[in-house]
Amino acid sequence: MNSKLRRYKVCLCQNVLTALLIGATTLYAAEASSQDGKSILRKIDENLSSRNQIAESSMTIHGRRSSRTITAKSWTEGDQKSFTEYLSPASEAGTKMLKLRGQLWIYTPAADRTIQISGHLLRQSVMGSDLSYEDMMDDRKLSDVYDVNITGRDTLDSRDVIILELTANVNDIAYYRQKMWVDSERYIPLKQEMYAKSGQLLKRAEMKNIKRVENRWYPSLVIYKDMLKEGKGTEFRTNTISFDQQIPEHIFSKASLR
Amino acid sequence: MKRFLLKGVIKDKGRSLLPIIVVATGTMLTVVMYSWLTGIMGDSIRMNANFNTGELKVMTKAYAADADQFPNDLAILDADNLLTELKAFEPGVDWVKRIRFGALADFPDANGETRGQAPAIGWAVDLFSKESKEAGRFNLQESIVKGGMPANAGEVLISDELARRFDIKPGDTFTLFGSTMDGGFAFYNLKVSGTLLFGATGLDRGAIVMDIADAQKAFGMEGACSEILGFLPDTYFNSEKALAIKTRFNSQPTLAQNEDEFAPVMITLRDQAGMAEMVDYTDFVSGLMVFIFVSAMAIVLWNGGLLGALRRYSEFGIRLAMGESKGHIYKTLLFEALLIGTIGSIFGTVIGYSIVLYINIHGVDMSGMMQNSTMVMPSVMRTAITPTTYYIGFIPGIFSVILGNALAGIGIYKRETARLFNELEV
Repeated sequence: MNSKLRRYKVCLCQNVLTALLIGATTLYAAEASSQDGKSILRKIDENLSSRNQIAESSMTIHGRRSSRTITAKSWTEGDQKSFTEYLSPASEAGTKMLKLRGQLWIYTPAADRTIQISGHLLRQSVMGSDLSYEDMMDDRKLSDVYDVNITGRDTLDSRDVIILELTANVNDIAYYRQKMWVDSERYIPLKQEMYAKSGQLLKRAEMKNIKRVENRWYPSLVIYKDMLKEGKGTEFRTNTISFDQQIPEHIFSKASLR
Repeated sequence: MKRFLLKGVIKDKGRSLLPIIVVATGTMLTVVMYSWLTGIMGDSIRMNANFNTGELKVMTKAYAADADQFPNDLAILDADNLLTELKAFEPGVDWVKRIRFGALADFPDANGETRGQAPAIGWAVDLFSKESKEAGRFNLQESIVKGGMPANAGEVLISDELARRFDIKPGDTFTLFGSTMDGGFAFYNLKVSGTLLFGATGLDRGAIVMDIADAQKAFGMEGACSEILGFLPDTYFNSEKALAIKTRFNSQPTLAQNEDEFAPVMITLRDQAGMAEMVDYTDFVSGLMVFIFVSAMAIVLWNGGLLGALRRYSEFGIRLAMGESKGHIYKTLLFEALLIGTIGSIFGTVIGYSIVLYINIHGVDMSGMMQNSTMVMPSVMRTAITPTTYYIGFIPGIFSVILGNALAGIGIYKRETARLFNELEV
């Protein structure tokens, strides 16, 4: 009887140890994947984020009836301040947009008014494009607002990519979940899918013309597609960009809107 | 014989006066009730048509697919040309251009910066042309609470609720912020000429009514419009006529095979969200009410016929005793009922029609009862005058009297000649 009981105890101990070993291994693997994912996300941030930047861009909006291109110059400092002046077409020239710590103002010379954009309006499209004010405003680093997991590897546009799944760890974010195809050598996303918490695909972005700018890789063309509306998407081209410049403080003030 | 019976009905007031009064009263009530119910429901449909749906509406096919979102990027581009074509196509219809928009009304402080904002739903209509009936369709003059109608370009009417919320008075300015037709920023400064109270919460929350030329400038829609609305000359929506025009327009060879998503397409009031149900419900309710009322009147008049036949029990006995056939007596009874029903119905319809006409012209102000109404309904109720008004009263007026007499007269056939003299002695 005693020997039977001893054998049973030994067997039980062995099973528990095996289960603990498997669990620990799985947890370690998941942690390792998360750790690797986090380091990939940091490398992406090193490419895309900077202390400040000055860029000239053009945005081509492909509507159902016609396409039009808007050019703009923007000054950005960290993730709290940015100022954009629209240069063309003539109907938009002189329109300025200022972001200061989560607040957004637009000035237009046509009406000579400064209007604050807030609330649900931030989710509206900017100039009929596939980008919302929220998209334009959110300059936070991905590693600060998303938890990440590596879900696979693939090839995209002849480049080896790591597939990441990002889940938001903050509440004030436009996209709760993202799927990202990241160039495994340059650490730059080549494709992004943005999802709502419900799982609905909201937007898709494709990064093209990846170039070496200063000491980083940067996509000079991003094609955005709002999946909830018809149309052929919006092409956002960065024509010139320079990082870590001296930007006068007065640029980021409401006085510079007029 | 017929003339003899007519003389009898006219001269023997004991036989005809009370039945004629009863028939006339029933007929009058039927006419008034029918016209009142039809009028109230018809006015609600008319108000929706005036504000939103028209009786006919022309849009681009692409716009029509998402019309409730006012997708002005899909609007009609060469609106004046299409308007001319529509006027030639169906001259009897009043065709008007409209721009519908959703935008943000931004009220500035003394420094020109945002003091307050509210979403607004806008109607841009022809306010300044002499021949335009649009101000009347929106009942603007009567709905103004403060200030007056826009007199110049750049002047608009805003809902009184919006004005009170942001302490806006006539003469103050605000900026309309939205999207131009091609998706750009639309900023347009406007001056408030007056404030409006339509009496319907949905409209009064944030309505803006402006001239279409201002909206075209504001939203970069020069030469364009969201939709062209058509109003038939009939007082109340004529579903068959609207459907016939729509079918004829959409089946034109240039349009029927046109796969361009920006080609114009015509729809009727019934095709628009919730309106078919509202039209059908109106028909059902007015039909049901008329049926209930007519049935009730028929019972009253049938009873009158029964009483009349019973009162003439002795008369029929004498006539039978004198050798008149039962069938002949029954026929004369029915013919007299027809005469009484007709005379009563004519009197009742004339009196009822006079009341209906008076209410149709002057209306009944119900605004005091509708202060918290959320429906798009007019505050002044009117009766409707339709072809049915002229004959609806004859249904209970004639048929119920004949039916009453026919049933009561069956008793004639049960009389036995052998017992007639005994009955007459009594």
